[in-house]
Amino acid sequence: MSNIPKDLKYTREHEWAKAEGDRVRVGITAYAQEQLGDVVFVELPKVGTKVTAKKPFGVVESVKAVSDLFAPVSGEVVEVNGELPNKPETVNQDPYGKGWMIVVKPSSKADWDQLLTAQQYEEFLKQGGH
Amino acid sequence: MDTPLKRTPLYEAHVKAGARMVPFGGWEMPVQYAGIVEEHRAVRGAVGLFDVSHMGEFEVAGPHACVVLQSLTTNDVAALAVGQVQYSVLCYPNGTIVDDLTVYRLADDRFMLTVNAANIDKDWAHVNEYTEHGKDARWTNVAADTGLIAVQGPRAEALVGRLADQDVTKIGYYRFARGRVGGVPALISRTGYTGEDGFELYEKAADTARLWAALLGAGHGDGVQRIGLGARDTLRLEMKYALYGNDIDDTTNALEAGLGWVVKPAKGAFIGREALEKIRAEGVRRKLVGIEMVDKAVARHGYPVLKDGRRVGVVTSGSYGPSVDKYIAMAYVEAPLAGVGTELAVEVRGAAKAARVVKTPFHPSRVKKA
Repeated sequence: MSNIPKDLKYTREHEWAKAEGDRVRVGITAYAQEQLGDVVFVELPKVGTKVTAKKPFGVVESVKAVSDLFAPVSGEVVEVNGELPNKPETVNQDPYGKGWMIVVKPSSKADWDQLLTAQQYEEFLKQGGH
Repeated sequence: MDTPLKRTPLYEAHVKAGARMVPFGGWEMPVQYAGIVEEHRAVRGAVGLFDVSHMGEFEVAGPHACVVLQSLTTNDVAALAVGQVQYSVLCYPNGTIVDDLTVYRLADDRFMLTVNAANIDKDWAHVNEYTEHGKDARWTNVAADTGLIAVQGPRAEALVGRLADQDVTKIGYYRFARGRVGGVPALISRTGYTGEDGFELYEKAADTARLWAALLGAGHGDGVQRIGLGARDTLRLEMKYALYGNDIDDTTNALEAGLGWVVKPAKGAFIGREALEKIRAEGVRRKLVGIEMVDKAVARHGYPVLKDGRRVGVVTSGSYGPSVDKYIAMAYVEAPLAGVGTELAVEVRGAAKAARVVKTPFHPSRVKKA
């Protein structure tokens, strides 16, 4: 079973979300990067972009496939990982660390409570993950 | 699609090795083991083993075998010596492509054709339909009884040489010999689909797993790796080798696909000859070119190619090329825009991303041309 840190929340589209004060850091899970294979391209929004929970905010591409990235929460992008477009393989190497994608300032607290806990995400993966 | 997927003789070996299995052309095949980029680099830097047993093999034998193949394929079969291999194309009367294939001259009056896995049934019907009545040439479909392992990379010659009962350095490019490899009777062919030196080893289906294991064991010191279809695709893309179903099909003709070098009207009649001669005389309307992304983006099959906002072509294959470290693609573009250096754009998710036509192959070929 893939690594699923206990202190994060998760989406059914395999993003993770980490509470950092009043902001939320976002990336994709270890399971997601394993399924994708070698990540060769990452397209992220600019700082200031408004993102909507459960809607695409960017794209990650492996050699074989294109996948949308889905926002765990609605709000404004306040930070973007500028390293990723030049080093997309970081997503494979360190999905929960240096492979982070964006930081969002949420517009409400409601989205956060909709996210899966680590335990729920693990259950979801056991049932096939889709 | 309820037809069950077919499996090669190496299916169990792939699963045991932790391969990710995917459907491909009606077969359940390994797309990757360690990872596509790592596997790609292993082939360019050391040696890789590919299970290509899903490909189809037909034999045609008889006094008229050569004549029959001359009428079916575009290349000049009469120019082929026993022990030689030829890349060729099966065309429809309108010059579009049934399949691309390799033709082996096993004896004066006996040949083997290697065809794409997804096209086996279609090709079998085609060659039988177009073999003229009264010709003394017997077709045999030996695909199910034949295993095929490709050994590709700069260490391939050393690895196969260590296991072979003969001096494989003597086998020239697009030549083959019969012998034993790791004790297994095999047709040892100096061919491949990667741009590296290497061999394709044809053997009985029942012997394939034994040969695979022997190659893995003997290649340990060479850094041998198992290679999936994912890396097979990026390796061939860097060489601009066409893939049937992506870059060529029954809507593309052999000339616009850049396969004019295997279209030989001087040899006499063949299916598609009149159409291809007409196209050659009038000039092709579009050409399959290599393009490199200037803006960062992955061009993929089906994405539109633009010039000043106007649609001028379509991407047929595209990916990140691990050895060239660029986003590269193959695309059909209008013939006047096919020149090296032409500035184009590829439409990626609604946005025009700058690209340009470049010289191919994208990565230098290192096949052994002796």
